[in-house]
Amino acid sequence: MLKILKTRFKQGCRTILFPKAKAPDLPQRYRGRPIIAGQNGSIDLGKIFFNPDSDIVYSNDYSMATSKREDLVLSQEREMALARALNERMLKIFGRSLKLRQVSAGGCNACELDLNVLNTPVFDLSRFGIQFVASPRHADGIVVTGPVSRNMREALLKTYEAIPEPKLVIALGGCAISGGIFSDSPQASHGLDTIIPVDLFIPGCPPHPLTTLDGLLRLLGRISS
Amino acid sequence: MELFNGGQISLSNIPVLTQQGFRARILDRCHEDARLVNLFGHLGTSGQVRLSAILGLDEEAGLEILSTFISSEAAQYESLTKDLLQAHLFEREIAEQWAIQPLGHPWLKPLRYHCNYRSATDIWKNIANKTIPGEYPFYAVGGEEVHEVGVGPVHAGIIEPGHFRFQCHGEEILHLEIQLGYQHKGIEPLMQGQDLKRSVLLSESIAGDTAIGHSTAFCEVVESLSGCIISPKAQAIRAIALELERLANHIGDLGALGMDAGFLPTSAYFGRMRGDYLNLLLALTGNRFGKGLCRPGGVLFDIDANMAGEFCLKLKKYKEEFQDVSDLLFSRPSVLARFEGVGVITPEDAQKIGLVGLAGRASQLECDVRINYSSGMWQFHHVPISLGATGDVYARALVRRQEILRSLEFLLKVLPSLPAGEIFTPAGPMKPDTLAVSLVEGWRGEIMHVGISDAQGGFARYKIKDPSFHNWFGLAYAMRGQEISDFPLCNKSFNLSYSGHDL
Repeated sequence: MLKILKTRFKQGCRTILFPKAKAPDLPQRYRGRPIIAGQNGSIDLGKIFFNPDSDIVYSNDYSMATSKREDLVLSQEREMALARALNERMLKIFGRSLKLRQVSAGGCNACELDLNVLNTPVFDLSRFGIQFVASPRHADGIVVTGPVSRNMREALLKTYEAIPEPKLVIALGGCAISGGIFSDSPQASHGLDTIIPVDLFIPGCPPHPLTTLDGLLRLLGRISS
Repeated sequence: MELFNGGQISLSNIPVLTQQGFRARILDRCHEDARLVNLFGHLGTSGQVRLSAILGLDEEAGLEILSTFISSEAAQYESLTKDLLQAHLFEREIAEQWAIQPLGHPWLKPLRYHCNYRSATDIWKNIANKTIPGEYPFYAVGGEEVHEVGVGPVHAGIIEPGHFRFQCHGEEILHLEIQLGYQHKGIEPLMQGQDLKRSVLLSESIAGDTAIGHSTAFCEVVESLSGCIISPKAQAIRAIALELERLANHIGDLGALGMDAGFLPTSAYFGRMRGDYLNLLLALTGNRFGKGLCRPGGVLFDIDANMAGEFCLKLKKYKEEFQDVSDLLFSRPSVLARFEGVGVITPEDAQKIGLVGLAGRASQLECDVRINYSSGMWQFHHVPISLGATGDVYARALVRRQEILRSLEFLLKVLPSLPAGEIFTPAGPMKPDTLAVSLVEGWRGEIMHVGISDAQGGFARYKIKDPSFHNWFGLAYAMRGQEISDFPLCNKSFNLSYSGHDL
C-alpha cells in the first residue's frame, strides 16, 4: 500500500491545462495545418497524407477539425473555418455529457491508438464529460476511423442504427474522411459522409490527440476561435 | 537455394520442384530444424500460379527458397497443413487469393472474404457478397451443457474489429475460433505497380502501430532490388526509431495488462509513459507513429548532436520512471496471481504453431530477427535475447519488461556515438524479374516483406507478412481450458494486429 502511495506521489499531476491555458508546444518537425500562402490551387486536408516528402509546407498548428467537408479544402481565397459549436438544442443535450462509441472500419490502428490517448491522465477526456462507452445503445454518437472497408460496412451501419436519436457522427483521420491512402482500393469507401451524415471531420494521419480534443471541444462550444 | 535477410534472387534462379518434391522438401526441412517463414502464390509468366515457400534456418541466419507451379486447369495440390500446422493460414490465404484448392486441408475457410487475384472461379461461391462471418461453419462442440459465445466484430473498447467464437462448458473455454478479415483493404494489390512513392506510404499504414517496422521492411526490399546501400547513419536512425516504437508499444501493453488484471495505478502511469516515447518519435519524425521517416535510400530526418543529447537525458529519466512503475506492477501479489499460469503455450506447441516474436520468446523459442537474421545496425550492436520460461501471460509480460530495459540500454549506447555522414542515398531503378526479401523484428515479432519486380520498374507481386499472421492461432490455442473471463487478459498479452493480418 505504501509503495502504491509513494509511486502515486512521485507521478504527480500530469494533466495539461488546455483549453484553459495554451497547449504545450509541439516539436518543430510536427506537420500540422498546411501553410497555404505561396501555394497554387487548393489543399484538401481530408485527402493529403501529411507526409514530409510532398510539396506542402506544414505549420505547427494542430487545429484542423471542421464541421463541413468543404471546409477542409484550403485555398488562398478563404480563411480556414474551424468546427462550429452545435446548435443550442444539441448543446443542451450533449454539452455537458457526451458518450461516444468508436468503430474502427478498416483503420490501421494509428487513429484508434491516438484516440485512446485522450483517456490517459495527460488529456483526461472525462473531465469534459466526454466518455467512450461499450454499447451503441448507451452512446450519443459514433467516432469512425478507417476507410470503411467493404467487410466492415454492415457492422458500422448496424452500430450507427443502434444509437438513439439525436446522434453525432465524427470522422477521424484521412481514411475515414476520404478513403485516404486506400481510396484506390475496391475494398475501401470514399469518405464516411458518402455513407452517413457527418458532424465533425478531424483530419490527420493520424490526427494528433490535440487536434482531436480541439475538434471535440469546438463542437461542444468549449473553444471558440 | 540460399538467401539471406535483405538478399535477392533472380526469378529464374529459384528452384522449381514438382508438386510432390516441393511438399516433401518443406515437410522434411520443417520436421528438422527449419521453420515455414512464408508461403505464397504469384503469377508465373505463362499464367499459371507459382507457389513459393521460404524456410527459415534460424541457427544459420539462412533462408531457403523453393517453388512449384500449379496449372490453371487443375488448380489444386496436396495440403501441407495436415502434416505441418505452420502452413494453416498460408494455405487458406493461397486458396482465397489464387483460387487453388489445398486438397485435404483440415479447416478450409476464407480468410479475408475477397475475390481471387486471377479472375478464376472462387473456391467459395459469392465470397465477396457475403457478410463475414458468412455462412461458413465454425468449429462447434456438441453436448447439452455446451454453449457458444460470439463476440465482435465491434468490440467494447477502442480497438480493431474481429469476430471471436467461444465454445464453452460453463466458464471453461473448450475452443476458440477467431474470424478476421473485417479490416481488409487490399493492401498487397495496391503495393503493386510503379508508384513507389505511394507504396511507401501504404507500408506505413499496414499496421499503424508498426509503421517503422513495416516501412523499414519495404525500404529494404526496394534497396535490395536497386542495389542501394544506405549509410551507417541512416541504418542507425532506423534502428533507433524501431526501438522507440518497441518501447512505446511494450509499455502501453504492460499498462493494458495491469488494467485487465484490475490494477489501475500502473495502467494510468504506463499509459502516459507510452506517450513519452511517441513524443520522441514526434520530435524525430514529425509524426507520433514515425510515419514519414523511412524512405528507400535512407531516412528523411537526421538526429544531430543536440537532439541525441536531449533524447539521452530524457531516456535516462524515463528509464528510472519505468523501473519504479514496473516494480510496482510486478510486485503485486494480486497482479501476479492473474498473470501466472494463464494462457500457457508450451515450447513444443509454440514450435508447432510457428509462433514468432515476443510470444514465441515467452515460450522459450529463440526467435529474434535482430539476432538470428541481423542486418543493418544489428550487425554491429548485439541485443541479448529476452526469453520467458513459462509461456503464460506472466512470461509475455516479463519478456516485455526485459526488452524495454534492453531497448533503453541500446538507445543510450547508440545515441551518443551516432555515425557521421549522409542520411539519404538515392535508390536507382530496380532490377527486373527479381525477388527480394526483408525481415525486421517489429515489436510484435518477425515482419517479412517479399517483393517481386517487373520489367517496368515496379512490383509484379508484393507479399506482406505481419507477425500477427503466425500468432493469432497461438492466442486461440492458449485459450483452451481457460476461463472465458481470462480472455481479455490473454488477448492483451499477445496484442496482435488486425490490420496487419487483414491487409
